[in-house]
Amino acid sequence: MKTFQHGVHPAEHKDATADSPTRRLPFVSHYVLPLAQHGGRPSKAIVTAGVRVERGDPVAEPDGFVSTTLCAPVAGTVTAVERRRHPSGALVDAIEIAADPWSPQRLPSRDPLDWAAMPLEEFVAQVQRAGIVGLGGAAFPSHVKYKVPEGRRLERLAVNGCECEPYLTCDHRLMVERPEAVVRGAMILGAKLGVREIVVGVEANKPDGIAALERAAKEAAGSTDGPTVDVVPLDVKYPQGAEKMLIRALWREEVPAGKLPLDLGVLVNNVQTMAALADWFDRGVPLIERWLTVSGPGVREPANLVVPIGTSVRDILHHCGGLLPEAREVVLGGPMMGQPLATLDVPVLKGTSGILAFTEARAARPTEYACLKCGRCLEACSNFLNPSRLARLARAGRFDDMDRAFAMDCMECGACSWSCPSNIPIVQLIRVAKSEIRKHGKGTK
Amino acid sequence: MSDLASREHEPDSLILRAAPYVSRSLTTPRLMTEVLIALVPVVAAAVVFFGPSALLVLAASTLGSVLAEWAFGGRRGFVAAFRDGSAPLTGLLLGLTLPPAIPLWMAVLGGAVAIALGKTVFGGLGQNVFNPALVGRAFLQAAFPTVLTTWSPPAGEAAPWLAWRATNFAFPFLSRAGVDSVTAATPLSLAKFQGVTTAVPSLLSGHTAGSLGETSAGLLLLLGIVMAVRRLFDWRIPLAILLAVAAFGGLLHVLLPARCPSTLFLLFSGGLLLGAVFMATDPVTSPVTPRGAWVFGAGIGVLVVLIRLFGGLPEGVMYAILLMNAMVPHVDRWTQPRPFGRGRAA
Repeated sequence: MKTFQHGVHPAEHKDATADSPTRRLPFVSHYVLPLAQHGGRPSKAIVTAGVRVERGDPVAEPDGFVSTTLCAPVAGTVTAVERRRHPSGALVDAIEIAADPWSPQRLPSRDPLDWAAMPLEEFVAQVQRAGIVGLGGAAFPSHVKYKVPEGRRLERLAVNGCECEPYLTCDHRLMVERPEAVVRGAMILGAKLGVREIVVGVEANKPDGIAALERAAKEAAGSTDGPTVDVVPLDVKYPQGAEKMLIRALWREEVPAGKLPLDLGVLVNNVQTMAALADWFDRGVPLIERWLTVSGPGVREPANLVVPIGTSVRDILHHCGGLLPEAREVVLGGPMMGQPLATLDVPVLKGTSGILAFTEARAARPTEYACLKCGRCLEACSNFLNPSRLARLARAGRFDDMDRAFAMDCMECGACSWSCPSNIPIVQLIRVAKSEIRKHGKGTK
Repeated sequence: MSDLASREHEPDSLILRAAPYVSRSLTTPRLMTEVLIALVPVVAAAVVFFGPSALLVLAASTLGSVLAEWAFGGRRGFVAAFRDGSAPLTGLLLGLTLPPAIPLWMAVLGGAVAIALGKTVFGGLGQNVFNPALVGRAFLQAAFPTVLTTWSPPAGEAAPWLAWRATNFAFPFLSRAGVDSVTAATPLSLAKFQGVTTAVPSLLSGHTAGSLGETSAGLLLLLGIVMAVRRLFDWRIPLAILLAVAAFGGLLHVLLPARCPSTLFLLFSGGLLLGAVFMATDPVTSPVTPRGAWVFGAGIGVLVVLIRLFGGLPEGVMYAILLMNAMVPHVDRWTQPRPFGRGRAA
């Protein structure tokens, strides 16, 4: 089976939720929408306190091209436009909406857009209008990727169904439960961009997802004048879902360091992003909710959920039976690259793929031992760096030497830290050093 | 703020750590423990072939290492060396390279030198350049060349299996005249100085003269395979050593049949397997890069053959490994991986 080189095999921990059908989270009273939802510039609020909004109405508009529209996840009243806690810990501008308890909360709907007839510029603007960002976790505004610079061409579309992070199963469930939406979005995008190949890469630990996508791809064949969708099973290995590793796995090609997949004529998008495209063009539903997984040893009832963007982590955990008494650590995203939370009173963002809770035993800081140069981190690093050396240089404060040793190529996947038998926080040392290198305006290209 | 503000459990405070939040269950102490466990059969074989006095020698060298760790490692070093199990491991490995009849005080001294000059002077575990156990042995070989090249026959041949060896109990600086005992030649000295080649089955079983842990090639080979499968060390290193010895030794055997014994003899005699499986694979003193492991192993293999066939000594594994240890920083530099997406030239 296809895969990339190096990488690690963390315990998957997906059993708790892999077979649980996705549920819709009941509406709660308040939703908080930080304007900083994605890469690029935060959106600009276009509502003020007291304004009545319907479900799906834009409440913030793009501030420039690398920015998107933000839509109301529920019908209700804007109660505040003020600074609120972002999951990162920072205080950021946010819009708070009180849900209207009497509203039926119907999803917006309209006739399908004739995407095939519209010029590419309008297609790109529509995607921006729908507020669609990369839903795999990076949350980069998708329309930016679709606007191909003059003289370049996208030839291949890779749809990312790897979900290589342990615990997370929401992409898996989406492929099982809404394969036709994934395929539809991919076919719309592929046809519009004029690619010659559409491939969905799915790790082999999701056979039902692969089967469902294959069935949906067969049924949808010929529905656009673009290519049909090919489903490719991949070996189970982390970090296969990293853009460049997925491309390596599918086509054995390396995106040059410092370059983009675009330079190989490749576009990579997550499966949820594809479903979001289909929902906007066919039904008029903008990105106001997302699928995510709540799991981990500290959660009472792990689940896959569809949640409105802006729902607080506290409300979601409450719906899952709450935290267990021994829970001590809550993380947004996957266990390899996720972000720790200092408080449960932060909202889910467009890019939040999971909420994980770990218990005290797991969260205890492990004893660190001397580096034995065993080389396990070198064989873990899919970027073929020398993490053991980078960590040693970082400890010595030799950031220039780290820059020369390609520290800036590190994508911070955490495979090195995972693999280290001496419990050295390698990726964290590199992360800190990278910000030092950036501060001094350096960084290899 | 939320109407669902719950009465359910909420931690007083949340722990903030940096990702990743999961890690492999393998830790450095477990790695060391597994290597120690892998050494149990080797120690057992030493007792079987050289009698219970083998245990005395092994205990003496281990004691020397632990004492030196306590004396020179500093309190933190001492605690750390026990937590990760590295101090006893070094002493035990040294003991396995010693002749069975060595006076115990020399074994203690060797164990101490292994830690003091082999490890703590460099800054402790992870910093040392040379394999500490082999530093201890090199010291002993330089200081007591006769004792280190005086071998006893397997226990039960010249004396009863249970009998203690008188030489073990010799005191420092006393004439060896009073404690002379029966000696025997190792398969390598037999081959080098008398042109007698020991049969491969004896080499595999280990019923020959030699240092305590080296004689049973079959057992060491088996343990090596088990350890490689369990990923306790970089399997490329022993494989490269054996391939290099087989290829280079085999070539010389074809070119100079009079001078060079058969490849199987080269592979299974002397300390080659003990060195390849337990010494050269020390991660601290071997290259960190996968390609470097091949270079390192091949270098050891070639040096072993050169020293054995053209050097003054019958055996060359120790010096081969120590010499390649010294080359490790260069090998690492030459074999840095090519970063993803940076072409061949980068």
